[in-house]
This record gives sequence, C-alpha cells and structure tokens, in this order.
Amino acid sequence: MTEGTLKPQSHKPTRRDFLLLTASAVGAVGTAYFAWPFIDSMNPAADILAQSTIDVDLTPIPEGQAITVVWRGKPIFVRKRTAEEIRAAEQTPLSELIDPETDQARVKKGHDQWLIVVGICTHLGCIPTGNKPTQNRGKYGGWACPCHGSLYDTSGRVRHGPAPLNLSVPPYVFLSDTHIRIGTEEVSHG
Amino acid sequence: MDSVTKVIRWIDYRLPFFSFIDHELRGYPTPKNLNYWWNFGSLAGITLVVMILSGIFLAMHYEPSTKEAFDSVEYIMRNINYGWLLRYLHANGATMFFIIVYIHMFRGLYYGSYKAPRELLWMLGVVILFLMMATAFMGYVLPWGQMSYWGATVITNLFSVFPFGESIVEWLWGGFSVDNPTLNRFFALHYLFPFLIVGVVILHLIALHQHGSNNPLGIDRKEPRDSIPFHPFYTVKDMFGLGLFGLIWAYFIFFNPNFFGEPDNYIPANPLVTPAHIVPEWYFLPFYAILRSIPNKLLGVLCMFGAVMILFFLPWLDTSKVRSATFRPWYKWFFWGFVIDCFILGFVGAHSPDHIFTDFGNLSNQTLGQLTTVLYFAFFLLALPLLGIFEKHKPLPKSLSEPVLKKSIIVLILLTLPHTVSAEDVPSIPQEKWSFEGPFGTYNREDLQHGFQIYQQVCAACHGLKQVRYRDLAALGYNAEEIKAIAAEYKVETTDEDGNIIEKPATPIDTIAGPYKNEKAARAANNGAFPPDLSLITKARPGGPNYIYALLTSYETTPPKDIQVAEGMHYNPYFPGGQIAMIPPLSPGIVTYDNGAQPSVNQMAKDVVTFLAWAAEPELEERKRMGYKVLIYFAIFTGLMYFLMKRIWARVKN
Repeated sequence: MTEGTLKPQSHKPTRRDFLLLTASAVGAVGTAYFAWPFIDSMNPAADILAQSTIDVDLTPIPEGQAITVVWRGKPIFVRKRTAEEIRAAEQTPLSELIDPETDQARVKKGHDQWLIVVGICTHLGCIPTGNKPTQNRGKYGGWACPCHGSLYDTSGRVRHGPAPLNLSVPPYVFLSDTHIRIGTEEVSHG
Repeated sequence: MDSVTKVIRWIDYRLPFFSFIDHELRGYPTPKNLNYWWNFGSLAGITLVVMILSGIFLAMHYEPSTKEAFDSVEYIMRNINYGWLLRYLHANGATMFFIIVYIHMFRGLYYGSYKAPRELLWMLGVVILFLMMATAFMGYVLPWGQMSYWGATVITNLFSVFPFGESIVEWLWGGFSVDNPTLNRFFALHYLFPFLIVGVVILHLIALHQHGSNNPLGIDRKEPRDSIPFHPFYTVKDMFGLGLFGLIWAYFIFFNPNFFGEPDNYIPANPLVTPAHIVPEWYFLPFYAILRSIPNKLLGVLCMFGAVMILFFLPWLDTSKVRSATFRPWYKWFFWGFVIDCFILGFVGAHSPDHIFTDFGNLSNQTLGQLTTVLYFAFFLLALPLLGIFEKHKPLPKSLSEPVLKKSIIVLILLTLPHTVSAEDVPSIPQEKWSFEGPFGTYNREDLQHGFQIYQQVCAACHGLKQVRYRDLAALGYNAEEIKAIAAEYKVETTDEDGNIIEKPATPIDTIAGPYKNEKAARAANNGAFPPDLSLITKARPGGPNYIYALLTSYETTPPKDIQVAEGMHYNPYFPGGQIAMIPPLSPGIVTYDNGAQPSVNQMAKDVVTFLAWAAEPELEERKRMGYKVLIYFAIFTGLMYFLMKRIWARVKN
C-alpha cells in the first residue's frame, strides 16, 4: 500500500466536493433510517405491549399470605400483611437498611395492608420464597432467596446481602378496595 | 505520519485488510467503457445482503411448524413492529433478485462474458443460480399457504422419476407427504443456503478479479489508458444504479406488495384440496413450461433440469472466438430471438396446459410450449456451435480507447405477465370504486364502522376473523372502553383454578374467533360447507374486494335453465362453479346503522367489503405514507448520484 492512497490530496473545495459531501450525507441518513425498522422489529410486539396491564382480585388472599400473579412475564407478589408485619416494617429505622426506603413509600396510602412487589431477587434474578407461611421467610419475616441467601423484610426491603436493592414496586392502582390493576398508575388506562 | 496511519500500518503489516480493500475495491483497474448493463452485478450483491438481513430478522418471529407457520406470518404482518415492511421487503426482494440476476446473465450472454478466460467465473454464476432457485423455492414454502404446500408437493415429486425415486421423495419429505418434518428442514435449509450463496459469490468475485471485467467490446485491455480505477468511477455509477433500483423495489413494497404473489397463498395449506390453477413464482415459469410441454414424465423432468444444466457447458458450446455480440451480426439476432423465446416460455408456464389461444389461429398452449422448448435447446445445441463456424464477424477494434460506440440505452423491461383466471364460465368481475384504492387511498372510517357492524350482526354468525384482535379495532375509531365492551360480548375458553374448561368474556387482546370450535363443527352446521375465516379474504381471492362485492350483490333468484342448483345450494354467477352454500347474507332491513339509516344491499356490501379489506391489510395506510417518504428519498438520492457521477466521469470523457 502506498502512502499516497491514504493521504488526502489538498485542494480547494469544488462543486464536486460539495456534491460528494451532500450525497454521502444523504446516503448515511438513508442507511440509518433503513436500519431502524430492523432494530425496532426486535422490540416487544404490539400485542405484547397491549398485555402490559392485568387486573387482580384481592378477595381470595388470606391475611399473612401472598399470591403470585404474572405481569409482563414476571412474578408479582401480592401480600396481605398482618398488623404485626406492618408495624415491624414501619418501625424499622432507615439506618438499618441496605437500600433505605420507608414502608409508606412502598405501599399505597390507605391500603398499607397490601404489599405488591416484583418477586425477583435484585441480586441475580431468582425468585425468593415466603409467599406461604410454611415457606422459609428468613429472619426478617419477608422473603428469602434460595440462590444466594438474600433476605427481605415485610416491606420487601433487602436486609441481608448479596442483593443490593429492595424488591421493586411495580406501577399499580387500586380500582376498588378489592381490585388492583398492575402496570399503570391511572384508573382509566385500558 | 499521524497516529491513525501508524495504527493502519501496524494492522496491515499483520493482516493485509486495508491493502486488500485498496487493491480490490479502490484501485482495482476496470475497463473504462462499461455500460449500464454492468450495474447488475453489484445490484445482485446488495440484494443478497438485504435478503439475508431481512430474512434473519423475519426468522426471529417465524414459527416453522405446520400448526403455527401461517398464523405466525400473519402475526409478523400485524403485530411485529414494521413486520409488514420486513416481509414485503423479503418477498418482493426474491422477485427483484431474480430480475437482477437474469438481466446479469443475459448481459453475460450478449457480451460473451463466459468465454476464455472467464469460463469458471460463468460456471460459478450458474452454481449461484441453482442455489438461488433452491433457496427461493424453500422460502416460498415457509408461509404455508395453499401455493406453498402444493408447490412443495409438485417440486419434490419431480425427484420421483429418478431410480429409487419413491425413497428419495420420502427422504426429502421425512414422511409420506409434505408435512411438519418437511417444513422444518426447508426452514433450516432456507436459512443455510444464502450463506452458501455468499461463499460462491466470494469465489465468483475472486475469479472475476483474476482477469477483470469483460466489456461491451469484448476485447482485452491492452494499454493502461483502457482502464480506470473502480473507485470513484464505478462506485458512484453503482450508487446511481442502486438509487433507481431502490425506486422500483420500494414501489412494489409500498404500493403493490402482492403484485407478484398468488391470492391462493393467503389461504392456509390444505393437504386435501389442490387449488384449481397452480403456478410457480414467475421466475420458474420458463422451466415449468418446459416440464409440462413434454408428455413423458422422465423426459420432462430431465429437460427441465437440463435447461439450467446446459448453461454449465455454454463456454464450450459457443465456438466463436469473438466475445461481444456487437461484432457478431448473426449471433445478435439469435440472442434476441432467445430472449423472446424465454419470455414466451414464461408466458406458456403462466397458462394452463390445455389453454387455447384463439387469437393465434387456435394455437394450443401445449404446442407453443413444445415449439419454444425445442427453440430453447436449439439455441445452445445448434445455433451457438454452428454460428462460430459460419458467421463472419465484423472487424474488431484495436483497443478500448479507439472506437466510439453508440450509446446504449437502458431498456427496462417491466414484466407484465398477465394473471389470467382459468377459462371457466365465470363472468368478469365488475370494478367498483374503493376509498382505499390507488396510491392515495385510505379507509373511510364511517364505512369501516358500518362494515364492522354488518360483520358482527350478519357475517359473524358463521365466519371468524381470527387474525384480528379486538384491540385492532381502535383503527376504526373506537376508544378503549368501546373496544372492551365489544370484546366482552364474545366468549373465549379458559381453564379455571380446578382445571375445568370454562368460558369467560373476551378481552381486547383476544382474537376475533369464529362461532365454531373446529372445521368439523363448522361443516356439520353448514350442510358440509366450510365458512372460511374472513381475516384475509380480500387478499385470498382473485379480484379481491371487487370479487367479494360482486359475490355479495349477485344472488340471482332464477339461475339459467341449464344449471341444476343442488339441494341447500344457491346460484351465484361469481362463485366458481356457480353454486354456493352461503345463503344470501344481505337483505334490505337486516341492519340499521347508528344514524338510523337502513342501507341498501349494495351499500351494505360496499361497507362490509371495506371493513374486510381493512381486516386483510390493516397496515395499508401506514404503508403508503411511509412509501411516499421512501420514494422521495430515493428520488433525491438518485438525482444526487447522477450529478456526482456526471462530474466524476467528466474527466474520463475528455
């Protein structure tokens, strides 16, 4: 390879340079636009996006237990807490928490009996146990992850590592005292 | 030396990537007199890349099983983001690929590009053609429509003529008929073959670069001024060609996506019913014509394969030492005769074997096919060897720089093979005016809602719309609450906590299922007839919306005397055979629109057909909108490249 082939020849801008620049720019923009439909085709399809909310009937859940519902392919824990569990969650000092967050911030006002969290350990994605009282809930009374021993309290907050974050709270809204809709914060969303 | 150059040098010393690009793409000496017919090689390469890309992305969503394939293709069309674009790009891309490659080959034939020392270059090209044919055939099977299924059956049965044919065919099928194992292996191979093509294309390019391109004069380059570097002269010319090609391809994708397709392939595969008139895709028609013209099965199959195989021997069948037809006064005429012969063969392949052309002295299609088949082989086996002996060629120019050639004109031959309906006694379908027709057409929202109302109150008693989901009705102008209410009127099956099958109200994400649980139940309730799903009905019938409209409005009370209408059947001149099981569905007063109007039968038919057209092509409006942007883009791109090309080439001309 000769040096000359790589070195740009210095000359004054001509009409040809302008044309070349414009044509290259148009070509580059076109290529970028051409790529988008391909990339976007890998995003969730229209019907999958449409399934982004589910309604849950709370009446069959006994106090002190939780059920698992599936939302967007993920397990969601819906737990009806006992008065004692609520008190324990509310009275935990923030200084003792790995990921400090108050219990009030994790439940809906006036519905603090109900804790709704995504049931996926924030460490590496296993599903913690503890929905039923017969399962291991760990020493903080919430959930215990079988994979690497992370422990969560009755507010779904991580109390013992290796998980770095609290179980996340999905967007949801109370349609009535006994029905919630997961996936949206607004009642009207269909 | 700046640091970039240093890095490039460091890499290039160890891996000569940059030298290679520089040598083969940039500096590569190319004859300076190549005309536009030399654009088609690079266009074929670009098409191959686009086909592989779109194919890979389609494969991410396609389900290769007989139960899922057809619906998964419709799922791609309706739910995957830009899925309709990927599929139409890919389906029309196959057609574009063959047009490009056929022109590329005819160019080689005209200018003698297969002659020494380019014999292997040509033969590798024939290998690519073979692989393309196999790939296209297997790809056409994947949507699992009626044409897919019966095309697969017919083509695989070709192998039954060989010794142990039965075993070969069963081996190809993986069973005793075309079925799930066949579909699975075709999918696997359809994915593999394009990469084999890439491999052979690389060999094709290596062979090409060994002696460089042939040229319109067909003489070897003798002096340095006969050549110019590939870049920028031919890169810009190829870009200009790409712009024009983009315009044509985009036109078909966005404004006429099913032009090359068959309506029957929008009917799910049915192993028990063969379509009345089965034809392969247009690019196989000449070979199909050769197969059918010969009354002997073994001979027909051998001739069909032979028609492609003979191309391997072309470099030795042509005994003339002169390459370009420009200097071969006789060969030129034989060449164009051969081109016309290929077109006639295509025409023969598109018509049924027993067709009689009354305009041409009652010539039968069979005879025409036999005649053109003989001419096809005579070109290779008689004309080419003898011309080389008896033809006196014109004096050849001494060098590329000497002669001044007439400017060649691009003739774009637009394939307009007529889509003929088999010659039964079906009256021709009257053309109605539709709001969604033409390049600017959109669906009239009021017609759509009225049409949906008719579907709900009349059609839904027997027909489903299983590719459409309730939530899709938002396109008709309904809001979320209205859609929820509409969906809740229907029931879907689900299992309760104890595993019992129960019915619950449908939700917006459910599909609009028909009233029957399965085909048997549907037939039992309809005097043995099966009410088809209406999701694709306007795409799945020749004549489309006009046919459905004609059918709905043409129930005549008194059939012609010579027709005996069977028990439980109804006379309808537009239905193939004239007798249809469906009772006249529309009658005055059957539906009252929300505005209190009682529409006429014609009005109802118009509205419901508009709705069904939407159900079949919900992407139509988005498709056309996007189409305009793409066409404008390619127009600008082509114009810019044209001016740039003129400016860059100004140096060579002087």
